[in-house]
Amino acid sequence: MGTSEYAIECASISKSYGKVKALQELSFSVKKGEIFGFIGPDGAGKTTLFRILTTLLLPDTGTALVDGLDVVKDYKALRRILGYMPGRFSLYQDLTVEENLQFFAGIFQADIRENYYLIRDIYEQIAPFAKRKAGKLSGGMKQKLALSCALIHKPVVLVLDEPTTGVDAVSRREFWEMLIRLKNDGITIVVATPYMDEATLCDRVALIQHGRILATDTPQAITNAFPWQLFEVKSTDTLNMINLLKQHPEVHNADMFGETVHVSVKPGRISADDLFSYLQEHGHLQSEIIQGNPGIEDCFIDLMRMTNE
Amino acid sequence: MKRFVIKEFLHIFRDTRSMIILFGMPLVQVLLFGFAITNEVKDVKVSVVDPAQDEVTTAIRNSLFSSAYFLKGEILYSQNEIEESFRKGKNKMVVVFENDFAGKLGRGEKPSIQLIADASDPNTANLVVNYANGIINNHFQTLYTNPGLPVVVPEVRMMYNPALAGVYMFVPGIITVLLMLVSAMMTSISIAREKELGTMEVLLVSPLKPIQIVAGKVLPYVLLSFINAVSILLLSYFVFGVPVNGSVVLLLAESILFIVLALSLGILISTVSNNQQTAMMLSMFALMLPTILLSGFIFPVENMPDILQWLSALMPPRWFIQIIKSIMLKGTGLAYFWKETLILIAMTIVFILVSVKKFKIRLA
Repeated sequence: MGTSEYAIECASISKSYGKVKALQELSFSVKKGEIFGFIGPDGAGKTTLFRILTTLLLPDTGTALVDGLDVVKDYKALRRILGYMPGRFSLYQDLTVEENLQFFAGIFQADIRENYYLIRDIYEQIAPFAKRKAGKLSGGMKQKLALSCALIHKPVVLVLDEPTTGVDAVSRREFWEMLIRLKNDGITIVVATPYMDEATLCDRVALIQHGRILATDTPQAITNAFPWQLFEVKSTDTLNMINLLKQHPEVHNADMFGETVHVSVKPGRISADDLFSYLQEHGHLQSEIIQGNPGIEDCFIDLMRMTNE
Repeated sequence: MKRFVIKEFLHIFRDTRSMIILFGMPLVQVLLFGFAITNEVKDVKVSVVDPAQDEVTTAIRNSLFSSAYFLKGEILYSQNEIEESFRKGKNKMVVVFENDFAGKLGRGEKPSIQLIADASDPNTANLVVNYANGIINNHFQTLYTNPGLPVVVPEVRMMYNPALAGVYMFVPGIITVLLMLVSAMMTSISIAREKELGTMEVLLVSPLKPIQIVAGKVLPYVLLSFINAVSILLLSYFVFGVPVNGSVVLLLAESILFIVLALSLGILISTVSNNQQTAMMLSMFALMLPTILLSGFIFPVENMPDILQWLSALMPPRWFIQIIKSIMLKGTGLAYFWKETLILIAMTIVFILVSVKKFKIRLA
């Protein structure tokens, strides 16, 4: 229906719950046919934003167009073309897999056979359990069923709120493969996730924190824009070492990433060897230092600190 | 829409709790309420048939109406008028004096007094008659201490419920309570459940209109409640021998009206409750207790303090109980309770309008 190149256009959306500002002047646009990811921790405002996009909440200020339709005025038309998967599992637990799918096809007046090609890959994985009640499925299968139900009416825009939270690694990968296939079918996908590693699978991402967007770009461009040089350091006494590194005059910051410590320094000022000897001088004889490439998480933490300061 | 109704039926049939409330409840309640419930007599309207109008009958009438128990009703003249006044609910009892009452008494004969009571409410009828009996006996004993004079013993006739069976009284009440409970509580809980489990979120982001969601919720319960009403009637007919003196079709039609009313109340409750617990508590306090206590099911409305009487006028079950009592026990037609029916229709319209208006098309 919309003729613009954007599937979603948001301009200065704000929303407060009492004194808590959930969203503050959010503006962004999502191009047609892309996977757009909102990356941010719990409480960043992702769910509130998605509920506004899906016409479930009214923004306090600002406007949002989805496929050219206003989320406030044209909510009725919009509800026909949206596919929405809330963060919480929202299917009928006491209905079987099959019955859930039939129900959602029914309320959207969609023909399961006609649109089956969209969900075939994902539904075939749960089809052996068609007679099982949805409440008795595993986490990953629940999400696959929920996605099938959200897709059965062939939505123009698919809104997924943390679809992979609490899902095992294999199912997560399968789920993302599915999203990429859907994108190739021309469906615009907006997805929220707290997992930084999923960011690289999106075409573009917005980093969101405390109801504000910190950055919007392709994952590549965001990591390219990282203003520091990064070293990955491994040692036996990590906690102690972080404090030590933070005291180094050239070091901007040091954060723990699993077993390694990511150290960001002012670019071009010191080398891995310099850091190594600095650590040795202070008693860390067995450290391992390599040049690292910043990931989305590095960028996120850095941007977060900048806005907080 | 069709899918929605199918889904609702599946929810109900797969949930043991729902099934127990729906189908176990009628059985248990019908058995439980088989026990009679006592009442009190106060300001009961009593009419009089007094062809003689002599000093003796006037004196008896005066002692009847000077007591706190009875209020003066109408003066009636024929048998037909007695019947009519009962059907219209104008009085609970009619006192019939024999012609030439004082004359017969003077001649040493035994004139008769007849007490005719509306026993569609058997407890009240019984009490009213006993009180009246006591007053009349007292009257004769204090006035005519001469032992040679014949003692007048009133002759008692119970109308509509000659056997004074308590069951007759509780069946209309039980139907009312159950329809109210099943219809209102079950719908309010089932909508609240969608909110609680988050499925409402998905339903809202669909082309379903509020009226479709509401209708989809309501339809299965209209059907099930109707089955319930019929089964209670059958149960009371075959087990307790309660007759339906009036038109069965009319009775069922009025029941459907009341079911729809209760359902719309349930939806109204669900619009203000966000989880099943709240819906349950609200239904209990807002519906169950008033239905049982204020509707005249257990305690006669006439005996309540004024404030409670006004409150009871706001209770839909009160009007419905009157209607089905009239149909089942008195066998009267629409002409006798069109007012009550109109009140129910008006209440239904108000509830539906308010709940469709209050139905949230968004979250929060």
